[in-house]
Amino acid sequence: MANLIEVRNLQTQFFTQDGIVHAVNGITYEVAEGETVAIVGESGSGKSVGVMSLIRLIPEPPGKIVNGEVDFDGQDLLKLNEEELRQIRGNRIAMIFQDPMTSLNPVLTIGRQITEALELHLNMNREESRARAIELLELVGIPDAGARLDDYPHQFSGGMRQRVMIAMGLSCNPQLLIADEPTTALDVTIQAQIVDLVTRLQSELGMAIIWITHDLGVVAGLADRVLVMYAGFIVEEGPVDVIYGQPRHPYTLGLLRSIPRLDLGRQKRLIPIEGLPPDLLDPPQSCPFAPRCPFVVDKCLEENPPLMAISSVRKSACWVDLSDVEIYDTSADEQVEAVA
Amino acid sequence: MTTQNPDSADVSTAQDNGQGDVLLSVQNLKMHFPITRGIILQRQVGSIKAVDGITFDLIRGETLGLVGESGCGKSTTGRAILQLYEPTAGEVVFEGQDLTDINSGDLRRMRRRMQMIFQDPYASLNPRMTVGSIVGEPLEVHKIGGNRREQQQRVQELLEIVGLNPYFINRYPHEFSGGQRQRIGVARALAVNPSFIVCDEPISALDVSIQAQVINLLEDLQSELGLTYLFIAHDLSVVRHISDRIAVMYLGKIVELADREVLYENPLHPYTQALLSAVPIPDPQIEKKRQRIILEGDVPSPAEPPTGCNFNTRCPQVMDICRQYEPSFADVGDGHRVACFLYDEVQALDEKGQTVSVTA
Repeated sequence: MANLIEVRNLQTQFFTQDGIVHAVNGITYEVAEGETVAIVGESGSGKSVGVMSLIRLIPEPPGKIVNGEVDFDGQDLLKLNEEELRQIRGNRIAMIFQDPMTSLNPVLTIGRQITEALELHLNMNREESRARAIELLELVGIPDAGARLDDYPHQFSGGMRQRVMIAMGLSCNPQLLIADEPTTALDVTIQAQIVDLVTRLQSELGMAIIWITHDLGVVAGLADRVLVMYAGFIVEEGPVDVIYGQPRHPYTLGLLRSIPRLDLGRQKRLIPIEGLPPDLLDPPQSCPFAPRCPFVVDKCLEENPPLMAISSVRKSACWVDLSDVEIYDTSADEQVEAVA
Repeated sequence: MTTQNPDSADVSTAQDNGQGDVLLSVQNLKMHFPITRGIILQRQVGSIKAVDGITFDLIRGETLGLVGESGCGKSTTGRAILQLYEPTAGEVVFEGQDLTDINSGDLRRMRRRMQMIFQDPYASLNPRMTVGSIVGEPLEVHKIGGNRREQQQRVQELLEIVGLNPYFINRYPHEFSGGQRQRIGVARALAVNPSFIVCDEPISALDVSIQAQVINLLEDLQSELGLTYLFIAHDLSVVRHISDRIAVMYLGKIVELADREVLYENPLHPYTQALLSAVPIPDPQIEKKRQRIILEGDVPSPAEPPTGCNFNTRCPQVMDICRQYEPSFADVGDGHRVACFLYDEVQALDEKGQTVSVTA
């Protein structure tokens, strides 16, 4: 598949009273047509800022994209003017956000909010856009769509609001859908409904998806490829099976080890990642994970490892070879039993 | 078994012999909030049945997980047990005393025995108080811990127990990260030496890598101090990890209660089954093969719960009887209790809660 979007050395910073926050520190990746890429990271890892920078949805000031190129279908999005960008946002690149309550306008009907984009981008008239809006609401599984078009956001439940957001996102047949933690505010049974819906719509409509999340469980069932972010860097990248099967960055390994799994018998004890993420006002020159890393060697403190190819499909930013490390160390369980 | 804290050894034997020592017994607890209309002359026009008749026991030294989705009443249950709300009906017997039926002075003394850890470590710590005064406040309120110096020593000792540097005693909450703040909340709960702690979503607001630190801390404290936890959470993976037994709530009622392994390996209630199947597992190989039970629709409003079984509007296996009668919460063997007509032991209840015989 051809690449739909190529991001090269993207760097975003925030200029605050306290100093410069190094939110995204030169990330490079690409997304192919129709592919689902998940960006995983904890709060402050730069996952949202990195993606919002693509369509320049960073508040400027204090934010600033200080470096990089974003090649979308032959155009550098970072060089477009506001008018040209508007033609792309919501049209060829659409977004759905975490909190469906605050991202819908409470004083406009759902119908009006969906038709707005259709009239703006596709030059539809009132009747056409209304008919299309009903079609979209039916597509995302809202019962009695025609009648609900004139309802306001507060008349919908959280899951239903997220469906409306998805309908709005899909209204102009985007080539790329950016989903920023779309299920984080929802309950698990509703989350399952939404994940199910998005995967079904993708197979029908064929758009590419960038799914931003902190939930490693959701990613496993959804993504083709995973990017793991830490302190504004991509630290590991590869196909989902490979990353989960044999993580090669200590941070990815640490994340997988620290979450309890529903399907495994009782893990004796969780293995947390000790310490805290670095202060992005004053990022270290060493590997940003070195202070928390159990595998740290001298070189980690001297030089921050770049994202290096370790096979034809995967990359990792680590000086240490983790290829012999098991994620779930079964011998440790036996040891615990022996001690008890 | 090598050298171990004698308390924790007692606890484990108490659990082994089946019943053990009941620390807390909740009988038919109800918490209804009135819906009123009018400004000066307020009339009650209905009620939100946040918790609608739940019954369970807590054994000393165990962790009971209480899971359910938002709005199911799990947090209200925790607060009603601690009498932070005045329950509408039911009994809460804690260490032999019915908390719903004692005067405020006695209740205040009982509060030393039961504490709470809150979900949001940002909202639950007063930003204008130092860590020392936050953790020391319970000592002051209950007039324990001796003079100022002894209190300060106790606070420093508590900070050390929860893994914070005792020198942080004069710092303010904003100087700490989320995980550290949650440790402060834990230290405050431990200050009065409680036997029972309600943990209300204690890790939901924390990052994944920090969650494990707090879970391990809670487990360590339990085995060192012999604590009993009611662990309220929506994350079933975490609950499975930390709990001995698990209760599943839906719309104000407990629909299933069982030992951890039994619940996960043999869930009986259709809601538990759907809930478990909806939890994503961080393993792409497994995720590809899994069959999800996708529930249709949303949870009904607790102001107007459906007649009959609460779950009948979304249940994939709904029958006629489910729309007419409420199921009893019956033991189907080995303490595994479920409220669902798919099982023979479960009886039909009328509006007054009396069993009625129904010919199926």
